[in-house]
Amino acid sequence: MADVRLSGWGWRHAGRSEYALRGVDLRIDAGERVLLLGASGAGKSTLLHALAGLTGPDGAISGEQEGTLLVEGRPADRRRGTVGLVSQDPDSQLVMARAGDDVAFGPENLGVDPDRIWPRVARALNAVGFPYDHRRSTGALSGGEKQRLVVAGAMAMRPRLLLLDEPTANLDPEGAALVRGVLQRLSAETEATLVLVEHRVAEVVDLVDRVVVLEPGGGVVADGPPARIFDRHGAELAERGVWVPGREPEPSVAPAPGGAPVLAAEGVSARTPGGLGMRGDGRRTVLEDVHLEARSGTATALVGANGSGKSTLLTLLAGLDRPHRGAVVPRGPLAEADRRPLYRWPARRLARNVGTVFQHAEDQFVTASVREELALGPRVSGLPPARVGAGVDELLQRLRLEHLADVHPYTLSGGEKRRLSVATALGSGPANAPCVLALDEPTFGQDTRTWRELVDLLAALRAGGSAVLMATHDPLLQHRFTDVRVRVGGAGVHVDEGRTT
Amino acid sequence: MSAGSGDTLTMDVPEDAGLRHWLSRFNPAAKLLAALILALGLVPSADPVTGGVVLAGTAALVPFSGTDRRTLLVLGLPFLLMGGSTLLVNLLYGDQGAEGALGAAVRVLAIALPGLLAAVSSDPTDLSDGLVQRLKVPERPAMGVLAALRLVPLLAHQWRTITLARRARGLAARGNPVRAVRLFFGRLFSLLVRSVRTGTLLATAMDARAFGTGPRSRARRSRWGRRDTLLLAAAPVLLLCAYGVSCSTGTLVLLWTGTA
Repeated sequence: MADVRLSGWGWRHAGRSEYALRGVDLRIDAGERVLLLGASGAGKSTLLHALAGLTGPDGAISGEQEGTLLVEGRPADRRRGTVGLVSQDPDSQLVMARAGDDVAFGPENLGVDPDRIWPRVARALNAVGFPYDHRRSTGALSGGEKQRLVVAGAMAMRPRLLLLDEPTANLDPEGAALVRGVLQRLSAETEATLVLVEHRVAEVVDLVDRVVVLEPGGGVVADGPPARIFDRHGAELAERGVWVPGREPEPSVAPAPGGAPVLAAEGVSARTPGGLGMRGDGRRTVLEDVHLEARSGTATALVGANGSGKSTLLTLLAGLDRPHRGAVVPRGPLAEADRRPLYRWPARRLARNVGTVFQHAEDQFVTASVREELALGPRVSGLPPARVGAGVDELLQRLRLEHLADVHPYTLSGGEKRRLSVATALGSGPANAPCVLALDEPTFGQDTRTWRELVDLLAALRAGGSAVLMATHDPLLQHRFTDVRVRVGGAGVHVDEGRTT
Repeated sequence: MSAGSGDTLTMDVPEDAGLRHWLSRFNPAAKLLAALILALGLVPSADPVTGGVVLAGTAALVPFSGTDRRTLLVLGLPFLLMGGSTLLVNLLYGDQGAEGALGAAVRVLAIALPGLLAAVSSDPTDLSDGLVQRLKVPERPAMGVLAALRLVPLLAHQWRTITLARRARGLAARGNPVRAVRLFFGRLFSLLVRSVRTGTLLATAMDARAFGTGPRSRARRSRWGRRDTLLLAAAPVLLLCAYGVSCSTGTLVLLWTGTA
């Protein structure tokens, strides 16, 4: 168990003019379980990284520190075995090719006697309920299994301070539930001090006995037991983007006009892409003889576990890839643009009529500034430059990105990136919205503010007659903004008509 | 296809895998050392016979490497191309005639094949353990390479997404080669940015697990058995045989005598 003391602490990332956090006074006693909250950009992850000793002269993250930060009475450098950190993305936290070797990596770095490492590994794997042999390839695991392995890797180091940075943010609901179960069990067993960052408060509120609210560029603005904090500051927190239980956003969504089919999958089959041609990575059939229609003025949600093929189906419906068998063909107004199957359309025509929003906003960006990003769609659809410029200015204003028009899209915040990525998929602007808009996990990892803006925008597009297709895990999105739910699984689809409740 | 449930980055060979996987039972360090001995030993020879004997001797081990012919061909293709171009260049511009050209080409293959076999018959983790523990390769870079290897399948996935995204944004070459080249480099740059980002995250995660804070212990022991010593001994024996054959048949040409 380690205690933490911060006084007047602040951190400014290298190359930034403003402090991520400043004037933080915080005292966490040994064995406490603390949830850090704040709007996105409030420096919660930065604080965790600092506690893990990753900032500072020898650390991985460079910048400037002020004030003091002490773990067990000493500056947090990566002191051996004091701190364990679990971050969002399991793929960038696993180091070794085999599960057991990965858990052993931490103890090895601590110089633990080799004879004692393997019992520790076995205990950690057991504690997280890892279902496979320790020789299991880490590449063969699902997201939830990988993240459980990451937790095991941290626990095997026997940390006295355990830091969790949105550990379930990148997982599908099944994976998130698995990891949450593990955290519940661990928090009951371990005596380590626990500091946790999580947007989705409901998921973790029973793990903690104290909530600390941070202000962007500032310090602690509220501190106390969960019930009291949510009682007093719940509305304000929800307003700032935090997912507070019972205060989910309720956008007033324009009703779906409905309409004729614009797109149809006819006997579509798909296989996983081949591996690197090494040792015969097999191609697996993920979709088999799928028939599906998308209607204008209708929001269709593709749901199903990770790996069920819903992203693959979305890619095919958006005309980006060629199905193994069958075809995705245009219908009604869309067929007026081109009668051929979508994968045979030229890219320009596709971009004008069918918009795609990728799960990771960065995949969407192909230019070096926000302005160019927004101008690209109108330009490839052949609008005259004067009209392109005017359209871009209008979009910038609508997206509240005017002040960022000339920055690189990669440097935007998560919410800004999401807004921009959706805007780039709108072809030549919302006035000429595409007939079909396909979105892969559009609300993934977003705070309540971006969530609300996104649903407002999508509802407006739907009201304008666009067919909105979404691959999504988000139950709230399915609840508030979905007309047709398509369950993808077992290489097939099952259509539930009518709004889900 | 390897036995067991291995993928690109792990190799699971059951204990009773039999002769087909015989080569994978050696310590990777022993295999690499043996390959190195063969390569260095072949440097002085310029005739097809010396290299040919080593190539034949090594090729005889292919059936025991546990590798299917397709994988071996895919991985060996660059070396085959290298051998082929060496042959061509020496034939056209060399002063040694056809025999000298053939010698140079065979030597390229005879140097490459042992290393290739050592690599494909070894589990990457075992290979890194062998390099660090047996050959005293510095640990930090070895661990770094091993961790980076994990990212290769992620990058393949990334490349696919980037390609789809260009189409979604309306970017296509439309038969214009200049535009095709520009698009390709745009994609390559995106991939580079993403891989640097992922690499940085991975490095941070390694740091968070106390990597580089002091001396490490080793959970896995890279075992060295009698067979590994024998393999090391077999390499010079094969070289001796090769030089013996070329000497006794009078075909031996040494690099320096050849050019004289």
